Amino acid sequence: MLSLNNVEVIYNKVILVLKGMSMQVPQGKIVGLLGANGAGKTTTLKAISGLLKPEDGEVTDGSIEFLGEPIHNRDPEEIVRMGIFQVMEGRRVFEHLTVEENLIAGAYTRHGRGSLSQDLEMVYTYFPRLKERYKQVAGYLSGGEQQMLAIGRALMAHPKLMLLDEPSLGLAPLLVQEIFEIVQRINKEQGTTILLVEQNANLTLQVADYAYIMESGRIVLEGTPEELKENADVREFYLGLTEVGKRKSYRDVKHYKRRKRWLS
Amino acid sequence: MDLFIQLTLTGLTNGAILSLAALGFVLIYKSSDVINFAQGEFLLIGAYVLFSMIVQFHLPWTIGLVITLLVAVAIGVLVERLVLRPLIGEPIISVIMATIGLSSLLRAIVSTIWGNQPRAFPPFIPSKPVHILGATVGADRLWAIGIAVLMLVLFNLFFTRSKEGIAMRAVADDQQAAMSMGISVKRIFAWAWSIAAVTAAIGGALVANIVGVGPELAGFGLRVFPVVILGGLDSIPGAIIGGLIIGLLEAYVGGYIGMGLNQVISFVVLIIILMVRPYGLFGQEIIERV
Repeated sequence: MLSLNNVEVIYNKVILVLKGMSMQVPQGKIVGLLGANGAGKTTTLKAISGLLKPEDGEVTDGSIEFLGEPIHNRDPEEIVRMGIFQVMEGRRVFEHLTVEENLIAGAYTRHGRGSLSQDLEMVYTYFPRLKERYKQVAGYLSGGEQQMLAIGRALMAHPKLMLLDEPSLGLAPLLVQEIFEIVQRINKEQGTTILLVEQNANLTLQVADYAYIMESGRIVLEGTPEELKENADVREFYLGLTEVGKRKSYRDVKHYKRRKRWLS
Repeated sequence: MDLFIQLTLTGLTNGAILSLAALGFVLIYKSSDVINFAQGEFLLIGAYVLFSMIVQFHLPWTIGLVITLLVAVAIGVLVERLVLRPLIGEPIISVIMATIGLSSLLRAIVSTIWGNQPRAFPPFIPSKPVHILGATVGADRLWAIGIAVLMLVLFNLFFTRSKEGIAMRAVADDQQAAMSMGISVKRIFAWAWSIAAVTAAIGGALVANIVGVGPELAGFGLRVFPVVILGGLDSIPGAIIGGLIIGLLEAYVGGYIGMGLNQVISFVVLIIILMVRPYGLFGQEIIERV
């Protein structure tokens, strides 16, 4: 459905952030993209959704194809209309708008008013808590509710592909669990393909059908969650385990300096 | 007592017109953070175009008004295309400077086409005197209040009910997030400037109907500042109430104290407001979750 081939992104005409990034997102699946801070995960998403331009970023090499059409360097509004919707990192709800107005803004690219109330109802069935607060100003919602609103806003656009940028950021573990379950339900019930960018490797590997691991601007490892969970490096650097269920001691942590196998 | 009512009605009329001009100003600030120094010239152009339609082309005022509003929309779109779009990504201060340039340009265009002489305006709204509570006012002034109120109600509906209105507020809140949901920021800016030009044109038509047309109408642009600072730069109800307060204040001071003090009083208010409540009476405070 979506494929990135050797994508190179440069910010401000000098800073090379993505260095030949390639990945595939097949229709109807949940694909995870893991990596540390600064690996280029968010840049990858912005390259897909067209939000690089206002930040002076540019796809200088390679191609991004969605449903067989090249979409790199298109305007974001065009890309949203094609069916890609990015839920940005840090929730980014419209603080001075009410919950319902936020959702209506999400449906901006959809035509016809008739389906609007139906879509609102659909979002409220996934997030009953939003219904309780539909008239409240979004800036005063709790972090978890804001994340729900951000995902609900995306649902309003009926995207074919939803890009989720760190939905777990700053939320309590229980809430994260709840949100991931809803994401899985959306994937199954609405048939929405999902590209999930996360730092939380454990949870991502639980929900994803396939995952990529990214480091300094390129993919270093990929596989099904089962394969990745077996990989010694992933276990050590991303899951923090040496043996199943056993936490690392400080002495082992010092081994962190050990060069990762895939870099050598 | 008669004087009081008289002054109140005069103040409300001027206030209503100020509110209309301020409304466009607030709209532009809200959606793009730009302070539009050309707002007074929009008013001027609205008044002169309507003047031309009625006096020079002998059109009935209804048709003239429709054409005037269309011209205003066109100006808004042109400004977005020629002034704002090339400045995307530049600091806001550059855009503000560009609006100062725009104001001189528009003023020059107006004086080239219509000259600098003030002219009488054929009243298209009946101005026969009406007696209210012992005071006498022209019906045109009451019309001005009525039209201003109507505009404000329409605006409120636009911003809370329509898709474009909500999108406009969304852009004001978080431009990038708005882009991520397919809202075209360029289009929203064109909308905001067009609506601002339209409200200014209506305001211009109302003023012209009362006092005639002349280059000094652009002075309304400057008088908008105390209004929006008082009401809050980003608040639509603030623009309305601020306009009425300033209008009344000027009328009372002019009537009871005189000596030209009414010209300055609003700026005195501006300074006081900036000292005690810089975001205005209804301005948005920054939402902070604790």
